[in-house]
Amino acid sequence: MSLYDTRRRTNTLATGLAWGAALFGLSWLLLILGSLAYEGLRGLSPSVFTQTTPPPGSVGGLMNAIAGSLVMTMIGVAIGAPLGMLAGTYLAEYGRYTKLATVVRFINDILLSAPSIVIGLFVYEVMVRPMGHFSAISGALALGLLVVPVVLRTTEDMLLLVPASMREAASALGAPRAMVIGQIAYRAARAGLVTGVLLAIARVSGETAPLLFTALNNQFWSSDLNAPMASLPVVIFQFALSPYKDWQQLAWTGALLITVTVLTLSIIARAFSAGRRN
Amino acid sequence: MSLVVSTSGDPAVKVSVRNLDFYYGGHHALKSVNLPLYAKKVTSFIGPSGCGKSTLLRVLNRMYDLYPGQRAEGEVLLDNENILDPAIDLNALRARVGMVFQKPTPFPMSIYENVAFGVKLYETLPRGELDARVEEALRGAALWDEVKDKLQSSGLGLSGGQQQRLCIARSVAVRPDIILFDEPCSALDPISTAKVEELIEELESQYTIAIVTHNMQQAVRVSDYTAFMYLGELIEFGKTDDVFNTPKEKRTLDYITGRFG
Repeated sequence: MSLYDTRRRTNTLATGLAWGAALFGLSWLLLILGSLAYEGLRGLSPSVFTQTTPPPGSVGGLMNAIAGSLVMTMIGVAIGAPLGMLAGTYLAEYGRYTKLATVVRFINDILLSAPSIVIGLFVYEVMVRPMGHFSAISGALALGLLVVPVVLRTTEDMLLLVPASMREAASALGAPRAMVIGQIAYRAARAGLVTGVLLAIARVSGETAPLLFTALNNQFWSSDLNAPMASLPVVIFQFALSPYKDWQQLAWTGALLITVTVLTLSIIARAFSAGRRN
Repeated sequence: MSLVVSTSGDPAVKVSVRNLDFYYGGHHALKSVNLPLYAKKVTSFIGPSGCGKSTLLRVLNRMYDLYPGQRAEGEVLLDNENILDPAIDLNALRARVGMVFQKPTPFPMSIYENVAFGVKLYETLPRGELDARVEEALRGAALWDEVKDKLQSSGLGLSGGQQQRLCIARSVAVRPDIILFDEPCSALDPISTAKVEELIEELESQYTIAIVTHNMQQAVRVSDYTAFMYLGELIEFGKTDDVFNTPKEKRTLDYITGRFG
């Protein structure tokens, strides 16, 4: 058998294995999405959006949990995204060549991969305990702490993609540093920066652990940031583990809602970064 | 601005480089370079890659200051003011000394905004005057007729040659004294190159120009004075005709006749 035939055979084998691995991985994902859609859609009705979480055995929905998730995610992103962007700007622009930037980048990488339950415990220690009670605002803060490293990282990466020649060209016109960054670098990286924020929203909107010790949960409608607040992930956690059929059904539906939201955000983020390349 | 003709028959000196040394960290890239840039003349810098000609250009607007570990020693007098002085206002300096780069670098904004960007940094003009300024700059860069109907579309949508002329318009719009060209045609096709060269000759009446080029014919075509550099040293400087026809140094002769480089 010739060397060429051997190579061709190896090639076919390697391609086959790669296909097999891809299909194997993908099939589980499809199974998960499929069962989620099947179970979740069964419980989907207008009452899910108009009624609050019920006691076992009675009719109800997820309105308070949906609203709580929205509120806490929005506040969390409002706290975390600007911090992350400014810090990312520091790393990519002002501090690019400094020791401090290396240290900050390293710590950020640790924060990025820190288990979210640790963040929850941290906020519990520094905020919930001194306040003496659980609250929506501490939940939002925990989510904000998760947003920071994600946005910081994408901001830095996206700004680093802006060619040095673009900055030089702006500087060559006499533009001060802040103008070069604010009007040229940000604009050139805009799609990437938006993508980073969207991905951060997607990341935190499914988080349960940081909310368990901070916002806790609330059976009732609450718009008080200083009181415990319901959220989809925590409600799913509680309802899915319960022995009651109707609670389990609501958990499935809630899981579907989160998944669809995250999926939509990811697709929008994808579309944004695809638009950037063209 | 300075007036033409001094006693020696050379025009007035706009920039005077004196004993300039430049270092990239430990690398000694320019070795005590001395030369003048004459007002409203084109001076070209030729020499093999790595000889320091772009480095010299980047000293003239202190572009190197953006990066740590790069430093210049000596004096560079622009209208008798030492621009290497740490106290000098870098942004004001760069507004006086424009630069056009090797690769066209349009900003991610409309053609109009690309040109207006630099103007708006230093002047607050009423809309009408700004419009006039943008038109003047685009006309000056021989681009107006091609873009006048699409000023609001993205500068990124132009061809490479048009983008480069847009960058020239952008530099011209802030009304600098000097324009530095760093191999402005190396990414362009011959037709665009011809347009940019034509443009440089037209700009000469108003600006002091320095151009780095690898193309010796280009140096002959556009420049009045030529500096030949080799390994960080200025080997020869003189009128372009003299440097190319009767070079005084053997290394200059070898380079321009293609024996090395």
